[in-house]
Amino acid sequence: MEQGQNRWTDERMDIIISLLLRTGVILSAVIVLIGGIMYLVQYRHLVPDYRIFRGEPTTLRHLGSILHGVATFHSRSWMQLGLFVLVATPVARVAFSIFGFYKERDRTYVLLTLVVLSVLIFGLMEH
Amino acid sequence: MSLLLFTVLIWVCSLGAGLLGSLTGLGGGMVIVPLLLLVFKVDIHYAAGASLISVIATSSGAAAAYVKEGFTNIRIGMFLEVATTLGAIFGAYLVAKISPPAIAIIFGLVLLYSAYMSVRSQTVKPSEHPPDPLAARLRMNGEYPAIAGPTAYSIRRVPLGFLICYFAGLISGLLGIGSGALKVLAMDQAMQIPFKVSTATSNFMIGVTAAASAGIYFQRGYIDPGLAMPVMLGVLFGSFMGARIMPGTPSRKLRILFDVAILILAFEMLFKGFTGKL
Repeated sequence: MEQGQNRWTDERMDIIISLLLRTGVILSAVIVLIGGIMYLVQYRHLVPDYRIFRGEPTTLRHLGSILHGVATFHSRSWMQLGLFVLVATPVARVAFSIFGFYKERDRTYVLLTLVVLSVLIFGLMEH
Repeated sequence: MSLLLFTVLIWVCSLGAGLLGSLTGLGGGMVIVPLLLLVFKVDIHYAAGASLISVIATSSGAAAAYVKEGFTNIRIGMFLEVATTLGAIFGAYLVAKISPPAIAIIFGLVLLYSAYMSVRSQTVKPSEHPPDPLAARLRMNGEYPAIAGPTAYSIRRVPLGFLICYFAGLISGLLGIGSGALKVLAMDQAMQIPFKVSTATSNFMIGVTAAASAGIYFQRGYIDPGLAMPVMLGVLFGSFMGARIMPGTPSRKLRILFDVAILILAFEMLFKGFTGKL
């Protein structure tokens, strides 16, 4: 009986994770596309040069300043926001899994998933 | 070359890479860095940044489909993600410490290895290793939908698989690729998980692994939106098309074509690395 219930929640978790991933990717692609169209309209005649690594300006490195750029319709900020949404998608999947494993009363996996989430958050923090 | 033409060309090439990667099941991410580096003369850091982004996109997109089909083992994935994410953060740190020619050489070697992994025979050998009690305790043994109905499997050598996954994460963070071939090595070869479960679970893990290094990539300025935009949209659209055209088994001819392309890119990367022309 308990096994049956676990299977049910496992499948339910699969479906929600699948939906979450799909939504994140589509949302991200749409934001990147909007930014991309603005970017190409604005700068189409410039000559790109990526030969030498200079690093992105600080306004494109952190979420706070990216959001500021988005509010002022800066095309590169829009694209960067889309990329952030994309990176956040698997992170959201992991965060949701904690909830899923908790519902299944699987304490070991709640802990393991918390470890993965902590590593992800550590990676996203300022270094 | 104007920005418009540059962007469109990169989009078309990325679409091709995503399409081929999806049709062959090898993933398109691996060819993005060499393509940007060798054809478009993009610096290796920007190339790795754009590639890492495309890897997250395709992994999440494909995982959405795989998870539903029931091949993905979420417990194995979650357990091994502890290793891959830790490795990925270390790998992302290493990017700034290792010279670009050395990165190109490592890249070439990983490409060679991936080509080898894809041509080697996939016959299943009877296992000489006993099922790992740790896998039972962690409830990682599972079943998957085979033609004959649900088939159960048990897992072996969990610590070895964990170790290889740490290394796979490191390579992913260092090179901006999914390093699916290394993850499959850990699961299919070391832990003897059925091949379909290995590939689906590996794909599931790739997005999280890449997301672990993405924060550091952003902060170090490796991710240029103008470059990542056509790469991400191209690879995503290409792999989506691939999944629509031919879901399921990849054709042998396409696989050989892709392997040859990977071999050529591998030698080009090695050559660039050894001559220091980067």
